[in-house]
Amino acid sequence: MQPKGSKIPRTKAPEQSPEERKKNFQEVSLGYTPAMAQLEASRCIQCKKPKCVIGCPVRVAIPDFIKQVAAGDFLEAARIIKNSNALPAVTGRVCPQEDQCEKHCVVGIKGEPLAIGKLERFVADYERMHRNLEPVEKAPSTGKKIAVIGAGPAGLAVAGDLAKLGHEVVIFEALHKPGGVLFYGIPEFRLPKEILEAELDYLKRLGIEIKVNYVIGKIKTLDELMQEDGFDAIFIGTGAGLPYFLGIPGENFNGVYSANEFLTRINLMHAWEFPAFDTPIHQHKTFAVIGGGNTALDAARTALRLPGTEKVMLLYRRSREELPARLEEVEHAESEGIEFHFLVSPAEINGSNGWVSEIVCQKMELGEPDASGRKHPHVVEGSKVSLAADAVIIALGSGVNPLIAKSSSDLETDTQGHIELADPDINLTSRPGVFAGGDIVTGAATVISAMGAGKKAAQGIHEYVMKVKNSEKV
Amino acid sequence: MFRILEKKNLAAQVFYYLLEAPDIARKALPGQFVIIRLDETGERIPITVSDSDPARGTLTFYVQAVGKTSMEMSFMNKGDSILDIVGPLGNPSPIGSFGTVVLIGGGFGIAAIHPIARALTQAGNRTISILGAQTKDRVILEDEMKNASTAVQVVTDDGSYGAKGRVTDILQTMIDKKEGIDRVIAIGPLIMMKAVADLTRPYKIETLVSLNPIMIDGTGMCGACRVTVGGEMKFACVDGPEFDGHAVDFEGLLNRLKSYVTEEKTAKEQYVPENEGTCRLVTTS
Ligand SMILES: Cc1cc2nc3c(=O)[nH]c(=O)nc-3n(C[C@H](O)[C@H](O)[C@H](O)COP(=O)(O)OP(=O)(O)OC[C@H]3O[C@@H](n4cnc5c(N)ncnc54)[C@H](O)[C@@H]3O)c2cc1C
Ligand SMILES: Cc1cc2nc3c(=O)[nH]c(=O)nc-3n(C[C@H](O)[C@H](O)[C@H](O)COP(=O)(O)OP(=O)(O)OC[C@H]3O[C@@H](n4cnc5c(N)ncnc54)[C@H](O)[C@@H]3O)c2cc1C
Ligand code: SF4
Ligand code: SF4
Ligand code: FES
Repeated sequence: MQPKGSKIPRTKAPEQSPEERKKNFQEVSLGYTPAMAQLEASRCIQCKKPKCVIGCPVRVAIPDFIKQVAAGDFLEAARIIKNSNALPAVTGRVCPQEDQCEKHCVVGIKGEPLAIGKLERFVADYERMHRNLEPVEKAPSTGKKIAVIGAGPAGLAVAGDLAKLGHEVVIFEALHKPGGVLFYGIPEFRLPKEILEAELDYLKRLGIEIKVNYVIGKIKTLDELMQEDGFDAIFIGTGAGLPYFLGIPGENFNGVYSANEFLTRINLMHAWEFPAFDTPIHQHKTFAVIGGGNTALDAARTALRLPGTEKVMLLYRRSREELPARLEEVEHAESEGIEFHFLVSPAEINGSNGWVSEIVCQKMELGEPDASGRKHPHVVEGSKVSLAADAVIIALGSGVNPLIAKSSSDLETDTQGHIELADPDINLTSRPGVFAGGDIVTGAATVISAMGAGKKAAQGIHEYVMKVKNSEKV
Repeated sequence: MFRILEKKNLAAQVFYYLLEAPDIARKALPGQFVIIRLDETGERIPITVSDSDPARGTLTFYVQAVGKTSMEMSFMNKGDSILDIVGPLGNPSPIGSFGTVVLIGGGFGIAAIHPIARALTQAGNRTISILGAQTKDRVILEDEMKNASTAVQVVTDDGSYGAKGRVTDILQTMIDKKEGIDRVIAIGPLIMMKAVADLTRPYKIETLVSLNPIMIDGTGMCGACRVTVGGEMKFACVDGPEFDGHAVDFEGLLNRLKSYVTEEKTAKEQYVPENEGTCRLVTTS
């Protein structure tokens, strides 16, 4: 018998070398070959009570799909994953696995946990390449119309499930491209746009209509969608896209960007291909990126890849251990040469001739753990460090956009504008027929939790519209 | 796709467009704008909705050809289509019964002030419009403004038409004559809006200006359009575009508008040679 579990080492997926990849926008991780995937899958001991599944927000049947990978039936593996996760090619790449499924894998107690994310990605990529273009399976039409607002992971998950159940689904998206953060935020070298396009194609084949350039709350209100356009239910998945700034002097100098602006210019508008594309991004030599989450890491690594960039610093107020970004991204960033500055907090941005020239920080030290469970940083009085930089990117997270809540008075929100759920089991809001999920409810979270919320809401919406339908018949 | 139904060259570098956009036309109100993207490689630029006809499903734009995108648009014609138009964005201009309102339009800002003048006149205000331009052939929409306002005064920098001088000269005369101005709305170049706000501040006349920072999404997501108003950071696309002129940090905005001058020049220079012969704008700047 072959050795199992912790006895064989975790299979590494090949990657572009740091020297090569820091100059291009192609994907960093190249993914498993079928042989590598089978080898890695063979390490799973097929637990009777699999802990890994508990760590997954949407409860992917992990041992079942891994078993099929080991046996070489990759399409069956894909079918199993897709029962609970509509976008495995995406989550396999962007889930913080070390905090979710892989964190709980028992093989990880003595050795390294199963590479569940890499396996999921392999299976999804294999399926995409071999997917037969037969018509997709869906239930007969129910005659019910559902409006989905926002084409991020939450909205896409809801739309997919509802279309399969036979409902007519229209997605309204504010930008000119669907995908939400998956399109405008997460860069090409982590999530190639081609993968997203393939998933969107699949949704279109399910008969879902995606209307871009529709800002709900402006062009139409919730009332109009229901009363004039005849939608039976609405899902709001508008995300948390409102960037926070620091509130320190100098934030309006040219060369200071929110991470959203910087990433949007690059990902949505292709500024790195200026002047072939019309949207420019200024060339800078030294970037200071403020923050420690996925957004900060994405901004830093994107900045590094732009022509003209000589140095990228990442400034974080806690230490390496508290970095909220995915571990893989941190390691990738380190090997690409991003300079990490820990325990510093920006106090002031200085400039000359209207442009940024330096960022002045205070040194920090860590104290007791705070509400988030992480050690709370305190200012070291009188300490100052000045770092020369001609660009500053602020990646401090984001709040929610008030556009929809502002245009609909009976939608309850908390003090920060998050939509409150009247029934969290089905993601129903305070307004009958209106459901919500993803970052607009939870605040900035993860792709998979947004999709999980979408799945729950889809079930709630299905029951709601079918009940209304039946009571109408009586 | 949004079809161009009519297009006209109104004055040097100023073009009129009538577009088919039924959903936006039903909703757009004076003071609001849209963001357009001409084609797949295009940038997103904000344009004011100067008029909308819900019955015909049309929008009216006036665009001044200043750089690559607006120039490219100036070569588009009736029957051509614009890939993306999103809107209406921003807050509508407050329309109420204020008394006497002075509306100041500078250059192509006249196109933006026109729907506001009309709505305020219909709401029963006494509206005096001041139209300012560098020279005679830059004065646009004079007849439309006459129909939309109680009275109109024209002023040109070189005196080639109307009074000679600046819009602020006319406004100062009106204030001196104790016309009893309840509110001023100014739309045009930043320098002009700043001059108007500086003039009315000591008289405590409420003054609204419409800000035009660089924008990308127009929905409050990117923060590129941030402006400082009353010491606070505001996003012009969702909090504006109109703000209290006395509280706006004009210097800061002027500086931010310069962010992309070099790149804008590159884009225009790349674009112009390709269109030499057809382009009458090459020598103008
Ligand atoms: C740079 C970056 C990197 C990230 N990296 C990771 C990662 O590695 N792993 C991970 O799990 N998570 C990551 N996240 C977080 C994750 O992307 C989000 O939690 C997730 O996308 C939330 O999904 P959502 O559907 O709720 O909203 P979003 O993805 O924000 O989508 C909302 C959509 O709604 C649209 N919209 C907004 N208002 C309106 C309106 N009024 N009308 C119509 N449409 C509207 C928006 O344009 C947008 O397309 C990252 C986030 C960012 C910003
Ligand atoms: C809310 C709003 C409403 C607007 N309405 C109209 C309108 O109705 N008609 C119209 O012609 N223009 C309008 N503008 C301005 C218009 O968006 C810009 O002129 C346009 O972005 C120029 O693009 P471009 O590629 O042609 O020129 P660019 O190459 O981008 O710029 C060329 C020159 O114009 C300057 N410039 C760039 N952006 C702006 C700006 N936002 N405001 C002023 N100067 C700028 C640049 O500094 C440069 O000198 C509006 C702007 C805003 C924010
Ligand atoms: S969806 Fe994410 S958490 Fe769940 S199994 Fe896949 S990678 Fe792990
Ligand atoms: S916990 Fe690890 S070993 Fe057990 S089933 Fe899950 S992946 Fe396999
Ligand atoms: S244009 Fe992006 S926030 Fe206003």
